Amino acid sequence: MAEVSLQSISKSFGDNQAVRDLTLTIRDGEFVVLLGPTGAGKTTTLRLIAGLERPDKGRVTIGGQDVASLAPASRDVAFVFQQYSLYPHLTVYENLAFPLRSPARRLSADEIDRRVREVAKMVRIDHKLQNRSTRLSGGEMQRVAIGRALVRKPAIYLMDEPLSSLDAKLRGELRLELKRIQSELGSTLLYVTHDQIEAMTMADRIGILDGGKLVQIGTPRDIYSNPANLHVAARLGQPHINLLPAGLVPGAEPPVGTRTIGARTEHLEIRAANGNANAQIDWIEHLGDQSHLHMRIAGHKLVTLANPYVPVQPGDNITLTLKDPLYFGADGQRLM
Amino acid sequence: MSTANTAHSVVEPSLMTKRIAGAIVILYAIITMVPLAWIFLTSFKSPPDSISYPPKIVFQPTLEGYCNLFTTRTRQTPDYIQSLGAPTSTCDEITRNRNMVIAGPSNYWPRFQNSLIIAFGSTFLAVFLGTLSAYGFSRFKVPLADDLLFFILSTRMMPPIAVAIPIYLMYRQLGLSDTALGMILLYTAVNVSLAVWLLKGFIDEIPREYEEAAMIDGYTRLQAFRKVVLPQATTGIAATAIFCLIFAWNEYAFAVLLTSGAAQTAPPFIPTIIGEGGQDWPAVAAGTTIFLVPILVFTILLRKQLLRGITFGAVRK
Repeated sequence: MAEVSLQSISKSFGDNQAVRDLTLTIRDGEFVVLLGPTGAGKTTTLRLIAGLERPDKGRVTIGGQDVASLAPASRDVAFVFQQYSLYPHLTVYENLAFPLRSPARRLSADEIDRRVREVAKMVRIDHKLQNRSTRLSGGEMQRVAIGRALVRKPAIYLMDEPLSSLDAKLRGELRLELKRIQSELGSTLLYVTHDQIEAMTMADRIGILDGGKLVQIGTPRDIYSNPANLHVAARLGQPHINLLPAGLVPGAEPPVGTRTIGARTEHLEIRAANGNANAQIDWIEHLGDQSHLHMRIAGHKLVTLANPYVPVQPGDNITLTLKDPLYFGADGQRLM
Repeated sequence: MSTANTAHSVVEPSLMTKRIAGAIVILYAIITMVPLAWIFLTSFKSPPDSISYPPKIVFQPTLEGYCNLFTTRTRQTPDYIQSLGAPTSTCDEITRNRNMVIAGPSNYWPRFQNSLIIAFGSTFLAVFLGTLSAYGFSRFKVPLADDLLFFILSTRMMPPIAVAIPIYLMYRQLGLSDTALGMILLYTAVNVSLAVWLLKGFIDEIPREYEEAAMIDGYTRLQAFRKVVLPQATTGIAATAIFCLIFAWNEYAFAVLLTSGAAQTAPPFIPTIIGEGGQDWPAVAAGTTIFLVPILVFTILLRKQLLRGITFGAVRK
C-alpha cells in the first residue's frame, strides 16, 4: 500500500478536454470515491494512474516515486474494469492466478495456489474455481474481477464502476463486501462511480468531478452538508435538492448576492395551513417506509421526503418554511 | 459465444419451410458432390472402363490408376516379361498384364510434397504476418491507416494473373523462378491482404480492456497479445488459415507459369499425365483424389471455425 498523488494533471483527446488541472492525493489505506456524471473524466483519471494513458501535463507519483516513465505492468496498481472484467478463455482459478503468473513476478506454484484460494474465499467464489469464467452470473463475475485485483498486494486498487452492471440487490451486497474487504486489508483504493449511494456508503473521502475538474473533495458528510457549489449540491441527496429563487419561501436569511436557495428535506418545514397557506400538495408517492411529497409553491415544484403517516392529501394547502437552507450566488458558488 | 444458440428469428420456421429448405440444400449438395464422386469412381476404373460409352457406374475396381500415377512404365515384349520372375507387388502384376514393366517412380509424389510445403508454408506466413498487422491496425494509431488498409485490399481488386508477366520477369531476374521460396513468397503476398482484413475484423471484436487488464496485471504488450488476444482470436485465425490454404493449394495459373521442375506443385503436374502415352484418365482421377485429401482433412478439423468464419459479422458473440 502506498500514497498516490496526482499533481496538476491534464489530459485531452482531440478537442475533448477530459481532465483539467486535477490535483488529488489518496492517502495510504484510504478509500476515495470519484463521483461524477458520464464524461466527467473519472475513468480517464484512473487510466492515467494505471499508465494506460499519458498525461499531457502534470505528474503522477505512487509511493513518492514519479511513475511517468513506467509501463502499466511496473506501476504496481490493480484495475477492475466496468465490463469485460474476466478473461473469457480462462477458468475462474486461471483468472485469479493470471496476475500472479506474470513473468515479472516469478512466484512458485504453491504460493500462487495458496493466494488464489485465500482470495477466492474472501470474495466467496471458492466453490466455483474450476468454472469457465463465462459460465458465471454477473455478480460472480464481478466478485472474481475484484478477486483478481486482490490476489496482488498493489500500491493502489483502481476500480472503474465495478458494480454498475449489476442489479440493485447484488450491488448492495457487493458494496458492503467491498468495504469490508478494504477495511480488513487496509488497502488504498480509488473507486469511480456515478452512483451517489456507493459514494456515500463506502468512501472515506468523496471527490466530485465535473467537466474534468475536481470541484470538491471531502468526507461524505462534509460533501453532503457543505457543498461548495450548485453542482455538488445536486449530485447528492435523494430526492434531489430543490433549487428555488431567493425570496420565494419564507424563513430564510439569505446573505447579500444570493440568487438560488437549495433546500433538502431537512431544510423544509411543513405545517398544516391555518389561513396563511403558501403551498399546495400536488401528489404523494408512497414508497412504503417513506413518501415523496410533491408540492407546488408559486409555480415552482418541490419534492421532499415525509413520514408516510403524515396526514396530508393531494390538494391540501400547507405552510412551507425554510430552516437553514443552502445559499448560492449568481455564479453557482455557495454563500456562507 | 455463450448465447450462440439463441434463435435468430422470432417465429420458428414451419415444417414445410424446413422441408423445402432441406430439399434445396440436399439438391445443391448432390450437384456439387457428383463431379467429386465421379472422379473418385474413375480413379478405380481401368482405362477402357473410364472412357466407355455409356459411362459405367458398376465396374470391376482396380488400382491401375493409382499404380500408373506413381510409376513410369516401359513397354516390353511378352517374352521379356515371361523371362522375369514372379511379380513383386500388385502394381507390378497390373503393369505386366498390360505388357509393360515399371521403370521407376513418377514425379507425382515430389510434386505433391512441393504442394504441401508451398501451401502450408505460405499459409503460415500469411496468417502470421496478417495477425500481427491486423493487431497493429486494430489497436494502434497507424498514420494513414485507412489508406493503407485500402491499399492492402486493392491488391485483390484484379485477378492475380493480371500481374503474371511482371512477376515472371522479376522472378527470373531474382532467381526465384521454379523455387519453393519464390512460390511461398508469391502466395503469401496474395493471401496476406485477405488475412489482414479478415483478422482485423476478428481482433476488433476482442475488447481492448482484456489486454489493458493483462498489461496492468504485469504483462508486456507482446505477452498480453500472446496470452489474451491470440487465444480469443483462434476462431478467426483458423478460418483465415483455411481460406489461405485453399487458395494456395488450388492455385494453378502462377504455378504453371513460374514452376516447371524442382518447385512444380501438383495442380500443373496432374494434367501432364494425359500427355504420357494416351489419355490415362484413371491416373488423372487418382492424382486428383489424393490431391483433395489434405484440404479435406484440414477443413474437417477446423469446420466449426470455418462456419464461424463464413458467417462472421452476422453473428454476435
